[in-house]
Amino acid sequence: MNPFQYQRAAAPEEAIHAVTTNRAAKFLAGGTNLIDLMKSNVEHPTTLIDINHLSFTQITSAPDGTTAIGAGVRNTDLANHQTIRTNYPLLSQAILSGASAQLRNMATTGGNLMQRTRCYYFNDTAYSVCNKRNPGSGCSAQIGFNRIHSILGASGSCIASNPSDMNVALAALNATIHVQGPKGKRSIAMRDFHLLPGATPHIETALKPDELILSVELPPSKFALHSYYLKVRDRQSYSFALVSVATGLELDGTTIKSVALVLGAVAPKPWRSAEAEKALVGAPATADTFRKAADLAVTGAKPQKYNAFKIELAKTSIVRALTLAAQGAQA
Amino acid sequence: MSTSLSDLSASEELSNREQPEGHAPCDALPEASDAVFSRRTFVKGAGILSAGVASGLPRIAAAEKARVSAATAPQTIALTLKINGKQQALTIDTRTTLLDALREYLSLTGTKKGCDHGQCGACTVLVDGRRVNSCLTLAAVAQGSEITTIEGLAHGDELHPVQAAFLEHDGFQCGYCTPGQICSAVALLEEHRRGDLSQVSFQTGQTTTPQLTDNEIRERMSGNICRCAAYPNIVAAVRAAAQGARS
Repeated sequence: MNPFQYQRAAAPEEAIHAVTTNRAAKFLAGGTNLIDLMKSNVEHPTTLIDINHLSFTQITSAPDGTTAIGAGVRNTDLANHQTIRTNYPLLSQAILSGASAQLRNMATTGGNLMQRTRCYYFNDTAYSVCNKRNPGSGCSAQIGFNRIHSILGASGSCIASNPSDMNVALAALNATIHVQGPKGKRSIAMRDFHLLPGATPHIETALKPDELILSVELPPSKFALHSYYLKVRDRQSYSFALVSVATGLELDGTTIKSVALVLGAVAPKPWRSAEAEKALVGAPATADTFRKAADLAVTGAKPQKYNAFKIELAKTSIVRALTLAAQGAQA
Repeated sequence: MSTSLSDLSASEELSNREQPEGHAPCDALPEASDAVFSRRTFVKGAGILSAGVASGLPRIAAAEKARVSAATAPQTIALTLKINGKQQALTIDTRTTLLDALREYLSLTGTKKGCDHGQCGACTVLVDGRRVNSCLTLAAVAQGSEITTIEGLAHGDELHPVQAAFLEHDGFQCGYCTPGQICSAVALLEEHRRGDLSQVSFQTGQTTTPQLTDNEIRERMSGNICRCAAYPNIVAAVRAAAQGARS
């Protein structure tokens, strides 16, 4: 780990100023990903701006049902907050599917949004060839062991997948990310927050280097009664997803009135299938409907040498998640 | 700062080390506009140079040199950590994790280093009552918090009920992961008492006040790995401690 200066920020403006004047500075929140990557010399900030003492750790609800989550809210506290458990159980379930109790106690909402890929080659500096770490150098994963990598949304430059569980649920819940930079505040739709790699896989989010995430806003809940986060992985617990599905259904009797269907661990960002959602709306909540949606959701999938299994796994997982959501498995 | 460095048995190396003068201030760095160049920018700039656009390289090179020197100069920080109720002052490299501060500078070697990457749970301690991986927590970040380690759980000779349960149920073999397991279990009982859920709670539909079944215990303890695989006895110990806490 390279040496660094440590500073505590008392206000967002102070933190933003620090990274504006020193591009080699980074914000430090829970540190579960950043400190780990610094130990591996993947990240090497010369200054850490500790943002753990900013007062953005509240969860508040407006009268219209909109819920605002401070970027500093820890994953444990978010998953167990009564409003989230009651109105957005999908988010609670997704967060509790990830990491361990210790890591969830540390990790923050903003930090989880910024979580880096678990691509073996990105995380191992013994490989100099990685377009995320060394733009223009190439992609080791495409000729390497790529079992955990993307089957959708990847490019010739990068096939890394986004490992977060929380992000998949936030995309399904149509969240909005509120950020602040040196010139003021702005909002980014969750579905636009993570970028596809294209030719610039080192640019992973719409967040600019001098911007700080302040909060995540959830629209009024539509899926409190019918939602499910299904995570498929090599171990039952404490393991990254091979495929995950976040889904919410709004039912009118047995007819699907509205739906969200987002896949995790199969793409560089939470992968929403508009075509699959369109096929579900207005259709009866039956296995047939779900199977058709599953086929549509993986349309255009391009597997790598070691992850073709993800296509079938995604399809069966979608059917299962939709079935459990329709049953109201969480009620 | 009630404890001086000379009171700390493991801090000789530190107390012998000279404090670099003016080590911390940000304004010791060159002008910000020169310091913002990342290596990537530099490489790009150098590439442009080789293509024949020479202007600006000396400035970029100077900025890169400044960045490299800022990135390699030792950075220390003076801290006070409250550990097991006692304030402890120490001056350490900013890179020091809470785990290394405990073990290497404060002689609290009960907390163990396993993977050092937040994967095994051997380093679990309680920070403000919450279980965390001390290997991924910077000591500097922990300043101002109440830190409890395995050494701080017992009252004199009276073991914490979770410690007693691990003994009673033989919840270990080699014992290396045990301090982390016990700290984790202490927090688990508190989390369950206040009604926290787990992913198993969702799978079983127990999303109001889940019973602490063996499956719940296994899931909630999954952040603590035991290479001896003493898991059945660890689960038994946590179950017994939970029943004791209820009775």
